[in-house]
Amino acid sequence: MTITEIGTSRRRKEDQRLITGRTRYTDNMVLPGMLHLAVVRSPFAHATITSINVDEAKSAPGVIAILTGTDVAEEQGSLPCAWPITEDQKAPPHPAIAVDHVAFAGEIVACVIARSAAEARDAIELIDVDYDELPVILDLEEALTDSTLAHTDLGTNLSATWVFDSAEAGTGGDVKQALADGEVVIERTYYQQRVIPAFMEPRSTVVDPTGEQITMWSATQVPHILRLMLALTLGIPESKVRVIAPDVGGGFGGKLQVTPEEVITMLAARHTGKPCKYTETRSESLMAAHHGRAQVQRLALSATRDGTVTGLSVRLLADMGAYLGLVTPGIPILGAFMYNSIYKFPAYRFECKNLFTNKAWTDAYRGAGRPEATFAIERLMDDLAAELDMDPIELRRKNWIKHEEFPFTTVCGLEYDSGNYEAATDKAMELFGYDELRAEQQQRRESGDRVQLGLGVSTFTEMCGLAPSRVLGSLAYGAGGWEYAQVRVLPTGAVEVVTGVSAHGQGHETAWSQIVADRLGVPFDSVEVLHGDTQVSQKGMDTYGSRSLAVGGMAVVAAADKVIEKAKTVAAHLLEANRDDIEFTAGKFGVKGTDQGMTLGEISLATFAAHNLPDGFEPSLDSDATFDPENFSFPHGTHLAAMEIDTETGEAKLRKYVCVDDVGNVINPMIVEGQVHGGLVQGIAQALFEEAVYDEAGTLVTGSFVDYLVPSAPDVPSFITDRTVTPATSNVLGVKGVGEAGTIASTPAIVNGVIDALRHLGVKDIRMPCSPHRVWKTIQDAASKGMGAEAAVPKDTSPEQVADGFNSSGSIPTGDVQ
Amino acid sequence: MARTTITVNVDKVAYTDDVEPRMLLVQYLRERLGKTGTLIGCDTSNCGACTVHLDGTSVKSCTMLAVQADGHEVTTIEGLAQDGELHPMQAAFHECHALQCGFCTPGMIMQSIDLLGEHPDPDEQTVREGLEGNLCRCTGYQNIVKAVQTAAKANAGAGAQAGGAA
Repeated sequence: MTITEIGTSRRRKEDQRLITGRTRYTDNMVLPGMLHLAVVRSPFAHATITSINVDEAKSAPGVIAILTGTDVAEEQGSLPCAWPITEDQKAPPHPAIAVDHVAFAGEIVACVIARSAAEARDAIELIDVDYDELPVILDLEEALTDSTLAHTDLGTNLSATWVFDSAEAGTGGDVKQALADGEVVIERTYYQQRVIPAFMEPRSTVVDPTGEQITMWSATQVPHILRLMLALTLGIPESKVRVIAPDVGGGFGGKLQVTPEEVITMLAARHTGKPCKYTETRSESLMAAHHGRAQVQRLALSATRDGTVTGLSVRLLADMGAYLGLVTPGIPILGAFMYNSIYKFPAYRFECKNLFTNKAWTDAYRGAGRPEATFAIERLMDDLAAELDMDPIELRRKNWIKHEEFPFTTVCGLEYDSGNYEAATDKAMELFGYDELRAEQQQRRESGDRVQLGLGVSTFTEMCGLAPSRVLGSLAYGAGGWEYAQVRVLPTGAVEVVTGVSAHGQGHETAWSQIVADRLGVPFDSVEVLHGDTQVSQKGMDTYGSRSLAVGGMAVVAAADKVIEKAKTVAAHLLEANRDDIEFTAGKFGVKGTDQGMTLGEISLATFAAHNLPDGFEPSLDSDATFDPENFSFPHGTHLAAMEIDTETGEAKLRKYVCVDDVGNVINPMIVEGQVHGGLVQGIAQALFEEAVYDEAGTLVTGSFVDYLVPSAPDVPSFITDRTVTPATSNVLGVKGVGEAGTIASTPAIVNGVIDALRHLGVKDIRMPCSPHRVWKTIQDAASKGMGAEAAVPKDTSPEQVADGFNSSGSIPTGDVQ
Repeated sequence: MARTTITVNVDKVAYTDDVEPRMLLVQYLRERLGKTGTLIGCDTSNCGACTVHLDGTSVKSCTMLAVQADGHEVTTIEGLAQDGELHPMQAAFHECHALQCGFCTPGMIMQSIDLLGEHPDPDEQTVREGLEGNLCRCTGYQNIVKAVQTAAKANAGAGAQAGGAA
């Protein structure tokens, strides 16, 4: 193979249509006779539906039909959850249209089908729903007591308890013992506030019921999973359903779902026999598309006085929200194996309680479990360093796996195949000017500068490239983690690549073209990548968990290699040579020791004509492959943030951010860098800006982009990004995945930086988002309490009891959110 | 509902239509004219995905009614490229990888062109502030800033060339 494409920053093929407005987002779709949906959503977080009067709406202009939960109770089934983490996991039925009760504000109770979107919206105003309100449970710690139930029929708020214990698993020591023997023990509670994926394209679905297959276009990350789940949920033969993910405007995990809106649009199309479209408003999206994070993390870390960590205990309360979505219960489990991060902890225990509340349900959001874990351990390591009066990087150095120790089996039993934390950290420190900034920090402290400087450190690894099917099986996930690809060589020598992953901004069309161009020795522009349509890409597991390249890209490689093997057979026949003498280099199939040879295009044309092929040779070079990874991949990196905190206003400003990531080999450095940039801002947003805030009645207060603070351009600086390259050994491309890295690492880097700036003032923690008011208030509290041992230590209490008037789960004065 | 007749020039074509007075300009563009290159990302005029030019100045087409565009000239993302040649801002977005999912891109490009009209050679902070009304969830804005500055340089180069020729 001659490498000319891999490793170059090819400009993206996808761009042409996107920069000229020739796009195919779902909401752009118009079909003959198409009808439009609008839905009535519950204003109450928990209520019994006593009656629904649709009479007036029925006779409104343009209205074709109205569906309530009762109308479709028999056929709508229950929305799927594919990850029952325990055998006794509890889950309420999850109808697409609520039948007799609602469990979060925003749940759909009726649907209008009308000739225009405007008429549908007008008509939903005329539907009269009577509710009997029920008490709501919003706080996780209260939910644990079952004093109020999110679902009265369920009898408990506890969905499942999941435990990993290294002593029981035989992968490490006993944490209880480690904590008892610890020379230093750090106990903390951190709050992962609820955040919202907030992809830019609101979700939209069009269903065409005409023809033999019902066709659904949807703004989804997972067309294949969606097809299967629609068939199972609605009892339709899978072969009668086709799902297309056309251009999709971002996902970040938020479109890894089988949504009520998709099922309802399908039902509406079947009821009316006409194409139907549903497009949500942004307010609906924020209210009812699944949220992320939302955990209380209780942690205990033991160490020796010289800074060697001896044990880590994690007790988690995870907010499921009102229902279990596609992979809701598994999100904390994806984090369970990551709390030990890059470190050689000898003992570890993880316990997670999944709890229901009367809020929108949670599910995958960029990083899914791993950002939460990384935040917790990186905050703890900083706190331990402060306790021991050590430099936070030195502490990490003391505990991390050294590059010569790979492959390394962790306390969770995962085998990390490769990594070089020293190299990434050294490079990051140099780019950052770590020592100079430490000197400036000291100087500012001594002079009592109004603006204090903090250096935030975050090292991380993640398990991605989801996932070895056998491992998923052992974790009770409902499917495998393989990926599919097909490589077709057309008579002209042009190549079509079918991939089972489904891009929504990642640039697969470009990167896969680069891989295949090198593999087959064909021009980049001769490769066309097809995806996101179950009729074209007949199998696949779709895109999430930084898996597309490490798993999907490997399937492409495997399929291309099969093409080469077939072409060799044809070449040997046509060149009258021994097959073993055929060499494939630089796009040419040549006979060893001669100048005879054929290009792939020539072989393809001969195969197409099929006039002269070896006996029994099937006249096609086309090949497909399914790749199941042997192991996860483990990207890692070191991120450093310089935070300037105005101690009088509480404003936290990110002055400088350096990250050095090691994502293994890189197909397209430009795309990788772009993924890092975007990931960083999402992680920074959790640290400083974003929070899904509910009032005491369970109404989402941050229900529009006016209140939910997605960062805009002036809110963030430019970043200094760099890489080290330690190839993955688990796949021949040596790639690891990059989609989630920035988001995982940046949140703790920022918060560690904020705390580092203020620690000498007695501040030990600030709950996210570190808004000016929260930072200011914490400084004030610390000052008023003096520098005593208890100064501004976060109490081990529920969010409600934090006295600053802000919390992420319960009573919040509206209008004073940030 | 009573309808009003409007005539709007969109991407250099004059359209005359009867519209409901409540119809937003963005709805008119997308639903009546099929100009689906212009997108809707929110309902509070925060995201800027629907940004177009009205008589050469950027406007969020969800903040105005179609009837208010009567007699005016609208340019959308679909009207930027001329004779198959990308507008320098489109070319810069491509060159600098200033887009990923592409959903904010039409609005972002329209706003960026407007920004350069006001600040032909903007520094980073000026670009960032000029794009404050346009949200992007994918790129982290860094490459968008780069694209706008790249387009500014291209414009300056083109201007210098034109000046030299005159």
